[in-house]
Formats: sequence, C-alpha cells, structure tokens
Amino acid sequence: MSVLESKIPEGPIEKKWTKHKNEINLVNPANKRNIDIIVVGTGLAGGSAAATFAELGYNVKTFCYQDSPRRAHSIAAQGGINASKNYQGDGDSDYRLFYDTVKGGDYRSREANVYRLAEVSGNIIDQCVAQGVPFAREYGGLLDNRSFGGVLVSRTFYAKGQTGQQLLLGAYSAMNRQINRGKIQAFNRHEMMDLVLVDGKARGIIARDLISGEIERHSAHAVVLASGGYGNVFYLSTNAMGSNVMAAWRAHKKGAFFANPCFTQIHPTCIPVSGDLQSKLTLMSESLRNDGRIWVPKNKKDAEAIREGKLKPTEIDEDDRDYYLERRYPAFGNLVPRDVASRAAKERCDEGYGVNKTGQAVYLDFKAAIERYGKEKAFTSGHKNPSKEEIIKLGEEVVESKYGNLFEMYEKITDQNPYKTPMMIFPAVHYTMGGLWVDYNLMTTIPGCYAAGEANFSDHGANRLGASALMQGLADGYFVLPYTIGDYLADDIRTGSIPTDTEEFETAEKEVKERIQKLFNANGKNPVDYYHKKLGKIMWNKCGMSRNEKELKEAMDEIKELREDFWANVKLTGKAEAKNQELEKAGRVADFLELGELFAKDALERNESCGGHFREEYQTEDGEALRDDENYRFVSAWEYVGNPRDAKLHKEQLEFENIELKTRSYK
Amino acid sequence: MAGINKSTLARKFAMALSGLFLVLFLLQHFTINFTSVVSPSTFNEISHFMGNNFVVQAILQPILIAGVVFHFVMGFVLEIKNNKARKIKYDKFNGAANSTWMSRNMIISGIVVLAFLGLHFYDFWIPEMIHKYVESHPDDPTRYYDETIAKFTGDPIRTGLYAFSFIFLMLHLLHGFASSFQSLGTKNKYQEGLGGYKSGTSRFIRKFTTAYAVVIPMGFVFIALYHYFNNL
Amino acid sequence: MKLKLKIWRQEDASAKGGFQNYDVDGIDGDMSFLEMLDVVNNDLINEGEEPIEFDHDCREGICGSCSLQINGEPHGPDRLVTTCQLHMRKFNDGDEIVIEPFRATAFPVIKDLVIDRSSFDRIQHAGGYISVNTSGNTQDANSIPIEKENADDAFYAATCIGCGACVAACKNASAMLFTSAKVSQFALLPQGEIEAHERVLNMVHQMDKEGFGNCTNTGACEIECPKGISLENIARMNREYLGASVAG
Repeated sequence: MSVLESKIPEGPIEKKWTKHKNEINLVNPANKRNIDIIVVGTGLAGGSAAATFAELGYNVKTFCYQDSPRRAHSIAAQGGINASKNYQGDGDSDYRLFYDTVKGGDYRSREANVYRLAEVSGNIIDQCVAQGVPFAREYGGLLDNRSFGGVLVSRTFYAKGQTGQQLLLGAYSAMNRQINRGKIQAFNRHEMMDLVLVDGKARGIIARDLISGEIERHSAHAVVLASGGYGNVFYLSTNAMGSNVMAAWRAHKKGAFFANPCFTQIHPTCIPVSGDLQSKLTLMSESLRNDGRIWVPKNKKDAEAIREGKLKPTEIDEDDRDYYLERRYPAFGNLVPRDVASRAAKERCDEGYGVNKTGQAVYLDFKAAIERYGKEKAFTSGHKNPSKEEIIKLGEEVVESKYGNLFEMYEKITDQNPYKTPMMIFPAVHYTMGGLWVDYNLMTTIPGCYAAGEANFSDHGANRLGASALMQGLADGYFVLPYTIGDYLADDIRTGSIPTDTEEFETAEKEVKERIQKLFNANGKNPVDYYHKKLGKIMWNKCGMSRNEKELKEAMDEIKELREDFWANVKLTGKAEAKNQELEKAGRVADFLELGELFAKDALERNESCGGHFREEYQTEDGEALRDDENYRFVSAWEYVGNPRDAKLHKEQLEFENIELKTRSYK
Repeated sequence: MAGINKSTLARKFAMALSGLFLVLFLLQHFTINFTSVVSPSTFNEISHFMGNNFVVQAILQPILIAGVVFHFVMGFVLEIKNNKARKIKYDKFNGAANSTWMSRNMIISGIVVLAFLGLHFYDFWIPEMIHKYVESHPDDPTRYYDETIAKFTGDPIRTGLYAFSFIFLMLHLLHGFASSFQSLGTKNKYQEGLGGYKSGTSRFIRKFTTAYAVVIPMGFVFIALYHYFNNL
Repeated sequence: MKLKLKIWRQEDASAKGGFQNYDVDGIDGDMSFLEMLDVVNNDLINEGEEPIEFDHDCREGICGSCSLQINGEPHGPDRLVTTCQLHMRKFNDGDEIVIEPFRATAFPVIKDLVIDRSSFDRIQHAGGYISVNTSGNTQDANSIPIEKENADDAFYAATCIGCGACVAACKNASAMLFTSAKVSQFALLPQGEIEAHERVLNMVHQMDKEGFGNCTNTGACEIECPKGISLENIARMNREYLGASVAG
C-alpha cells in the first residue's frame, strides 16, 4: 500500500513510542512563537491539545460551536477513564490494557497505536490529579477504581457519574491558563465550514461566526481536527444535538481518507425511546452493569402482559426471569462488551420478549445488588441479624452512594423509581469508532491536517471498550500530538505567518458562501429536521445493530434520493448574515446525508461481522459474530472522488505481532 | 473606608460587620429599656450614666452614629448597584419559590427601620441633646423614666408606630443577623441549617439568630405596650 | 396537553425585543421542555416564520447550555434539573407559561432566548486553574493522599455546569455561587491550595468587573442550582477572600 503509510516505528512494541519520540524532529522554543496551530473542537482531545500546544509556545486558535469550550460533548461521558496503574494490584499492566483494547475492538485496530495509548494512560491520571480533577477516593485518601465491561481487572478511575465533565473541566482549566497568558485565542460560537489547502498542505480554515453569520478566514501552519464523532447521522443518539461531522467531512472532501465509517457503537444501557417527538437519547452509564442484572421474562405471555400494562416486573418470579447475558456468557455475564450486550438485547426483543409499551426494552435490575450490599453493610456495622427491611434500607443507601445521580436522572426522565422497580434500558447509538484515517503521528492523508479523539479511527477497532474514549481523547491531546506535530512543523520554522488574502482562501470562502446560498435557494418544502429524522430512520433500520446486503443497498439508494430531495426542497428561515440555528442544522445535515451513504457502502463492502459491525450473513450457528481475518483484516480507508458511492477504497493491512488473533469469546 | 467600595466581597464584609455591631447595640439598648418595666429607679440610674458619661457620649455615641449611617448608606449603595446588575427586569420573577420575603426585601424593612430612627431621634435624642447642651437645666437624675413614659401615655398612634417599626426590625434581623455570619464565612459544614438554608448556616447560628431576631424586637414592642396600657 | 406560551423574542443584541404569544397543542407529559419548544418551532418553520432560538446541546443536563427563565424561575419549577431535563408532566393542560432569557447585565441577550455568558469564561480565565504544565511529568497520582471528605466536597463544587441559573435566580444577579464553586474546588485540594490566595482575589476581581451584583445571601441560587451546589461554597470563598486580603 503506497498511499497509506502508517509510519509505525520499527522495533519491539513497548519501545516504539519512546524510540519514535527520541528520533522525531523538534521545534526550538523561539521558533514555536512563530508557528500557528488551529484546533477545531474543544472537547477532551481538542482542549488538551490546545492547552499543551500553547504551553509549548505555539500560537493556538481554538474553534467550537458551543458558547464555551467547557460545553463540548466530552462533558457527558459518565463512567470513567481507564489507566493501567495497577493500584488495585489485580494484575493490570500496559500489556493487559493493550490486549483488552485490541481484543475488545475485535482485532481491527492498529497494535502500535493501542500500545502507545496503554503506555501513556497512567500519565493521564497523574496529569489530571495535578490539575485538580477530583477523582473518587477511598477513605485512606488514595484513588478508587471500578471495573467496566469487557475486562477482568479494576482499572477505571471515576468521579461519580460525571467523569467526562471533570476531565473536560480539567482540560478547560489548562486552556484557561493559556488564554489568560494570551497564547490561546478561543473562537467560541464559531463553526468550521471548510479546510483550506495551500500547495497540498492544510493551511487554514474557513469559519462562520454563528452570531453574526460572518464568514471568516483563519490561517495556520497546521490544523488539528478534534471535532468528535458522527453518531448523529442516526438522528437519535446519545450525542449532543449539535454534534456533527462537518469538520471531518469537509477535510474528507479535500483529500483526507475516511476510515471504517460503518464501525459504530450501539451502547446497551440507554433509556428507551418514549415518543415520536423525542429529540435525544440518554445514556445510563455502563458502570450500572457492575451491579445491575439484565433480564427479560422467560415466558412470552409474561412479556406480553407487561407490554399491555397488566403485569409488573416485580411480580415475576426469579424462575420466570431470563438473565440472558449470564446464561449466554457465564464468564463475563452482565459485563460483556457493549456490542455483545446490545445485540443480545436486540435478539431478545426481536424474539418477542421485550418489555415497555414498545417492546423495545429490557430490564436492568438492582434488587440482588441491594440485598447483597445491604447484608454486607449490616454485617460490617455489627448488625448480625438484620431484618429484610433493614437489609433493603442499608442496601439502597450503598447503591445510592454509588449510582445515586444516575438513579435520580432515570427517575427524572421516566418518572419511575429504580430502587423499587427495575430500570428499562435499550441500546442506542453512542460512539463512532470510525473516523478520519490517521497515521501513527495522527496525521490524516492531508499533510498538516491532524485528527484526534473520536474524530479519528485509530484505537478502538470495531468496538470501543467502556472508559476508553476519555483515555484516548486525553492521550491524543496531552501526550501524542504535542510530540508528533513538532516533527511536521519543524519544516515550517522559516515559513512565516500564512497570509489569508491568497487565491486558495478566496476560493474556499467563495465555495462556502455559495453552498449557504444554495441551501437558501431550495424550494422550501420541508424543514431540516424532516430530513434528519428520515435519514436517522434509514440508518437505524438498515445500518443499525445488524445489517444485511439487501438492506444496505437499499439504504444507499434511499439516502442518495433523500439527499437530492434535501438540496431541492429544504426549507430555511431567517438570514445567512445573522444567528440562524436552522442554517447551522442544514449545513450539518447536508454532510450527514453524504456520510450516511459512505457508511452504508463501507458496511456493504465488509463481508464479515466484527465488533459493532454485524452482518447477518456472517454469524455462527448460535448467533455470534463471524470474523473473517483472512480477507478483512484491514482498515478501510475511503478516498473521496465525487460521490459517496463512488468513493475509492484503500486498505491498510493490519499486522498482529504481539497478540494472537482469536475468536473473541466472553463465554 | 476607601477600600470598602472596592469589591463586592468587601462590601459584604462591611455590611455584615456594621450589622453585627448594631445588633450588639440593640441588645444593650433593650436591656436598659427593659429596666423601665422592672425598676424605674434603675432605669433612671443607667440613663443618667449613659447620658453623662464622657466615654459614652464623646466616643461611643459618635461611633454608633457612624455605624448606623454607614449601614444604611451602604444599604442604599448596594441596592443601587444590584439594580444595575439587572438593567432589564423579568416580566415574571417568582422569588418566593426560592427565597424568603425577608431576604429579598431588606431595603424595605431597612427603610421602615430608618424612618423609625427619624421618629426616635425626634422623640428622644434631639430633645435630649437640646436639654443637655443647648438649654441649661439643673442636673436631675430622676427625670428619665417620667419623660419616657410621657411619650407613650395617651398616644396610641405613636405606640402603634413603634410596634409596627419593630415588626420590620424583626423581619430585617431574621435575615440580616444570620446572613452576616455567612458573609463572614463562618465554617458551617457539619451542621444542617434551618429555614431556607439547607447547609449554608449552621443549625446553632440559625436557631440563635432567629430567636434573637424575634425576642429583642418583640421585647421592645412589649415595653411600649406595657407603658401605654399601664398609663391609660 | 394544550398550553399558552408567552415568549421573549429579540432579533439581535441591539434590537429592543418583546413578548409574543403562542398556542401549542398535543404536548405529552413525557416530552422534555425543549422538545415542547421543538414542536412550537416546527410549526413556526412550516408557517415560514423564524423559529425561536434558544441554547441547548447535550439535552441531558450536563453541558449547561440551556438557560430559560420559566414562569419566573431558572430552569422552571422543578428542582435539581436543567431546562432540558424538565418534563412537561410538571405542567397542566391549559397552563400559561412565561419564557424569558436569563436576565443579567453581565449576560446580554444575543437573540431571542440566547444569551452571552462569556463573562463566566472570563472569570475562569482569571484564575480557574492550577498552574501545572500539561506534560504529564508530574508526580504519581497517589503520592498525595487526600482526605475523602475534602475530595468529595471538591467534587461537589466541581459539578457546576456553568449554566448561570444562580445569576438568573438571584435578585441581585450575583455570580457568587458560580465563582465560589470554582474557588472552592481548588481550595479544597492540596494541589490547588498553593495558589489559593491569588486565585480568589483575581477571580473575585474579574467577577466584579463583569458587572454582577452583590450577594445578599438570599439563598435563591442554591435552591435553583440544577446541580445543588451548596451555599457553603460562598461562605468558603468569603473566608478565602478575607484570608487572602489580610495576607495581602
């Protein structure tokens, strides 16, 4: 493969990163002052990268569509962040974290990248503690850990159910320090509309000021895209309403390859959909699976009675419950990886055992945990013969201290008390493993254009393990990019600032303005949301938790048709030169309408089942995913050539030298 | 004093300190007044002492007046500044949903108390100053009790005004006294507060200040009513 | 459910703005408040009118974008929720609901219900950080044990989402709860203690400069805060400020 150079350093895997850092070019501090970097997106990856670049001495401009960097959607991550600190002494190590991540990703990630991630994971925790991130602690004053799906050790650091918030505020505080020093210029309420290339290198962006509507030119020596994932292509997802693929897609159209777009994570523990006008799905942290047991009724008639409201879950006997994850996967039980848990829930619901009015939900039950904790607590507090009520009371207190805010959130949304009746959950789109293809240095196929965090494809393969997104975002931003970007920028010390009055900027700005005008010129039949919802339905039904050739082909055609209809008939209100939320949405949906088609195409081309990608044609007799390592052990990197369906496939073959390829088994 | 207007927090401290000072003064004033109910001769003795002692008259009295003036001037300054912090008002503001009437209307209870002070000065302080320093009278250490009683005798309106004003003083103190501890940053972590405070002010401070805010002003009201009804 | 809405509309920052009335029908109790507004907006777009602009993003109560004054209370009548988590089951058929932007001189209106809260950002720039480099070459995370109680208190202070409800609820539009939460988080941790004096002075100075009002301890902020940030933080900031001022 000549086009895709992964640039993985030579040598044994545990030495690669150190060796690479020793050998790459550096920029001296005086020269850094003359170099500008643009960072698009201010979540964990973008925020931490921006702060670190600025600290190193580069001039940084950050862009985010929110009114403050602190509101990026990393903030919503609940459960925790992994690190191979082995504070619990349960046998954790860099290798084990690396191994778990590669295995969890169903062997579709790049070994060297994942190992580096594991290697720097411990540093992230040190860094965050130094920054004042208030992680949960034990009574002895040391950091506490918990366990997450898909692993056998406790390596997850957390701050109640708000770990993402605390880490993001940590990165934001590091940014604040640099903003205060004048090293970061933060452009909030700005959206990147296009990437500008000069002589084939990324040299700036065109941005829209979301308040005034003004189109602005910004130049830099390198552009980092940390703009998150594209889960909103499904309309309903756990992503923020504004999360979008625009930055990544614009870069893709300018030459950055898009990798594995069909690898999407469907998270098993979300609050089920309640109505047609719902705008957003809410995740319940996976940490709940530590103590909650997942079940559906064993008998179909019980499930039917529940759906009709004639029976309550608490009235069903233990013997009539099917704890299907414990039944199918005795070794991991309720803690199987997300993709496995999600598919198992779908399987039960498809078979007619689903609960809730819609039949699209399963139970997550804390009764056993409450009793277990209650007994323990009673025992340790010297209460040897507690009554059942006392046990439940004590148990509820323990559960409250662990998951109180999550239970509260559940009750606020559903109006049901999860201490007394089991929660209802159903899978929902949560994270996209796919993204811009990047090499070991996190550079896309456009020189000078980098992608970090969820926006790139690099570390999670076909499925991401819980508590790894935060780890990857911060690893990329704090510890990887600051080194690797220097290697590229070392050639730019004499370039001087990039002028924005050149033809390249001119053309890019003109194109952006024309695109906006084109949206306004459409016939004005249907609002933007109409198209977004339709696209979401196609994606969920035909490119969702399980896929097949026929439906994927249909999806490609339907999306293409919908896209054409969109450009002909979308209805916009207001003006281009003012704050206009409909225009913002339209620009984003327009890109989703292209990405969706590539997504389906990628899923169609991958004739195997792996991780979050499940093709009905490729499964074992008992319904487990059937991977094809011989023919599909590669990363699909798509080159834009005009239409999403015509995209050209480039393959990056994956080599596994440190891990034996095995069928993933959680039995 | 120049630094006090420097920051919102400094103004807060100054307000709290001057308030606490006045609360202390109130206790002293109440104690003296209360002797008029128990023993007119003690009342006369103390009043005479207070009115003629050099330290009280030349040092404490100016400090007290400065404290009062500072407290109300600062109260107005705060009100004006706070008004500026929200130039466009809400169409609908449901303050009752999240705070007590007292806490939101310190300016109103304060103005009532200030107006009362005017009346009080007119009734007692100015005549006293004139009596002592302008006109010359022979020294009479027994005059105070009768003079005081005379003000309330047969004057239901004045007695009513006194009672009314002290109700507002009570409302003022119900918020202000406890609030001053919060302003001064009292540590109050391990106790649950009462009333509108979940944890902001300690249970003890809350209970004590509430009791004080009710007992002292109502005590003043009692004294006024006592003399009024005793001399019908 | 049928509702009568009275909503603030304002073209842009310099426009005068005023209330408009809207009727909305078919609202279900399970819908969130913002989904109800989505319905209104969808109707408006279909009629060719400009939809009502309001800030929102995560719609799960953590990003702190949404900011509506609903019937005189920030984030509406429910407690410990943001507007996006407020569900329509809290209202009754036929209710009139007044919807205004959060009002404060330091939060100017940008458009309709969208406000500019960059004053909060500037308070953070002034000192909302610990001056450590992001190199990762720090000491091991477990080298300084922290008393669980302090760590927990720091966490509770740090859960502030910066929505501005405290300012909106305060009759004085004071930003004390927000600022004190940040000051407290760092002051409670050994890592943050080192710069505590300078931090509190700088942050309070910036807070005053932005034109927020004076705190008069009404306690409204604590009641309305969607994250239940405690007034204790304000007391702590007062202490810290006093200490810092005395120390010079």
